Amino acid sequence: MVLGLSLIAISGLILVAADHVDAPSVTGNAADITDMYTFQGQETNNLVFAVNTQGLLSPNATAAAAFNENVMIEINIDNTGDNVEDLVIQAIKKGDKMYFFGPYAPSATGTSSTIKTSAASGSVAISKYGAAAVTSTENGMKFFAGPRDDPFFFDLGQFQAILGGTATGFNNPGVDTFAGSNVLSVVVEVPKAMLGTAASLNVWAETKKKQ
Amino acid sequence: MKTNKFKIITLALVCAVATVSCNDDDNNGDAMASTDFSGTFVQQDQMARPAINTVFIASGQPKDDFNAAIPSAMGAKYQPIFESRLMALNPGYTTNALGLTAAQFTGVLATDVLNVKTSGKTTFFDGTNVLTGRALADDVIDVELILIFGGPTGGSNTGLTSDHVDANDKAFTTSFPYLAAAW
Repeated sequence: MVLGLSLIAISGLILVAADHVDAPSVTGNAADITDMYTFQGQETNNLVFAVNTQGLLSPNATAAAAFNENVMIEINIDNTGDNVEDLVIQAIKKGDKMYFFGPYAPSATGTSSTIKTSAASGSVAISKYGAAAVTSTENGMKFFAGPRDDPFFFDLGQFQAILGGTATGFNNPGVDTFAGSNVLSVVVEVPKAMLGTAASLNVWAETKKKQ
Repeated sequence: MKTNKFKIITLALVCAVATVSCNDDDNNGDAMASTDFSGTFVQQDQMARPAINTVFIASGQPKDDFNAAIPSAMGAKYQPIFESRLMALNPGYTTNALGLTAAQFTGVLATDVLNVKTSGKTTFFDGTNVLTGRALADDVIDVELILIFGGPTGGSNTGLTSDHVDANDKAFTTSFPYLAAAW
């Protein structure tokens, strides 16, 4: 087994996590997406979208971590197979609540978005650190926003050692670099019928900042 | 004297908190109507499949550029970059367990979207279903390590195809919101 480790070192490629701490302009702020998940809900007629932000929060730092009123979290859904969003679900904080819009067809696609207030689908009080999760159900959808355990797991430290040339493989057992750390999560559960009739969707998450 | 100062400060804080609470109460019920959602919002970060930007894009400005890209424009621009990264990570790459050549595999990955089936099981990979979603418990890193390092059978480079962290450090819940409470 021969790895191109020197090439990686030269090019400055450092693997971080799923998308944790990934880029200079967003690292450590409310616009930094760490992970997104999409899975069938407990009610199998529903899909669940979870978008996590601000990774590697220690328990001591979690109570002070907050969503930003100028940063929208947008779930993009392509149901025609062209990797262009046909529907969006938008979440944005105002005061102590997270407000949700959609799924709706945006008036324009791409890097700039506006909020169609007539597409409001619900809101939920942002859960507080250390308190029980607050959820709400409106228009057949379920909503959550607040701190959660980071569901991501990976021996990042050992992988960095491999890339750095100080190790040749993983240990067994490995060490979960993300154990004991938290994220700020937005979770939305949506009836599949609201997402069109396609057998397969392409989905992605974006953060978008108010100009 | 000091004690008194602290008392005064504390009293002031309590008053301030009480005032804020009153304002919140006033706004209850008509928040949607009175809240301003105007403005244009511009993309800062983008993510779909786990670890794509972090594995295949060089640090610094290239990562910011990738985060500001839209999926429909990614394939053409990023497939060659991803392929060179893949071959740097694993110079012995021929095909992987999905039977994809380096060009084919990176062609799939370069468009960073998560494929989701609208019926049946949603999983990154469970031995049968491939890329039908991403569930919380999916060991996505092992899947990606196998596809990058494991060769045509998944059995090559065995020291690199699992990080031997197979599950989260907290149990997920079966009902909404599914993610575990914070530490």
